[in-house]
Amino acid sequence: MRCMKLRDVAGRLGLKAVAGDGGGTGDDALDREVSGGYVSDLLSDVMAHACEGAIWVTTQAHQNIVAVAVLTGLAGVIIAGGVKPGDETLKKAQEEGIPLFVSDLPSFEVVGRLYTLGLRGGARPCQGA
Amino acid sequence: MILEMSYDITGGDFAAAGEAATKIKRALKQIGVDAQTTRRAAIIAYEAEMNIIIHAYRGTLQARVSPEGIEILAEDEGPGIPDIELAMQEGYSTAPEKIREMGFGAGMGLPNMKKFSDEFHITSEVGKGTRVRAVVSSSTALIMNGSEV
Repeated sequence: MRCMKLRDVAGRLGLKAVAGDGGGTGDDALDREVSGGYVSDLLSDVMAHACEGAIWVTTQAHQNIVAVAVLTGLAGVIIAGGVKPGDETLKKAQEEGIPLFVSDLPSFEVVGRLYTLGLRGGARPCQGA
Repeated sequence: MILEMSYDITGGDFAAAGEAATKIKRALKQIGVDAQTTRRAAIIAYEAEMNIIIHAYRGTLQARVSPEGIEILAEDEGPGIPDIELAMQEGYSTAPEKIREMGFGAGMGLPNMKKFSDEFHITSEVGKGTRVRAVVSSSTALIMNGSEV
């Protein structure tokens, strides 16, 4: 699998970060390599099964998704289904440097597009790049 | 003892949920614990922290790091668990509907903690509280690293 930067993945899906993109602090989270993907709305499931560096697709938008992303070492989160994150979620994502994206497409469609880009589920550590 | 951390957790405080586990994860990373061991300890700490927030009134989450491994200890004052065997079954949960809608209470917390630990002990007294002790030993961490490469 070719490794892609989060910036490129977001660009190909036409998504813009709504929080956690580093805000020009130099530590640009959008330069992270995306190792694969995971889709689930159960937080414990994501914690236990998502791979480090994965992009997470979910319809959960409350602030606890940020802690799950930090603890799992995820590259970023796509909130699907037109669900809008609240201010607390945005603030937390900004503080923790977790890029959040919002899509009006349902989770299935978002995952389909990510798959088409070459991203896969399961453990696939980034090579090269 | 290389490192010892202790955090007070307040039941129902979803705004702070995951903060203690995040601090523990950062500290483990800083002192150079390998990624796989850190991940396992972080999952255990997070599930323990969430259990206190979802089910208990208050509690403490502690992490102790020694050359033997990482010990996570969660003690709470709360309703306790009447049937531990049932609570350990994947999919069984007593979390209220509102909390399940947030993606918690899938009945995966305790089974995950057991799955990612080398030693796991849980004791509970109804009307008093619950105590969970989990250890991720450093020897299995090394083996896991070896098999990963």
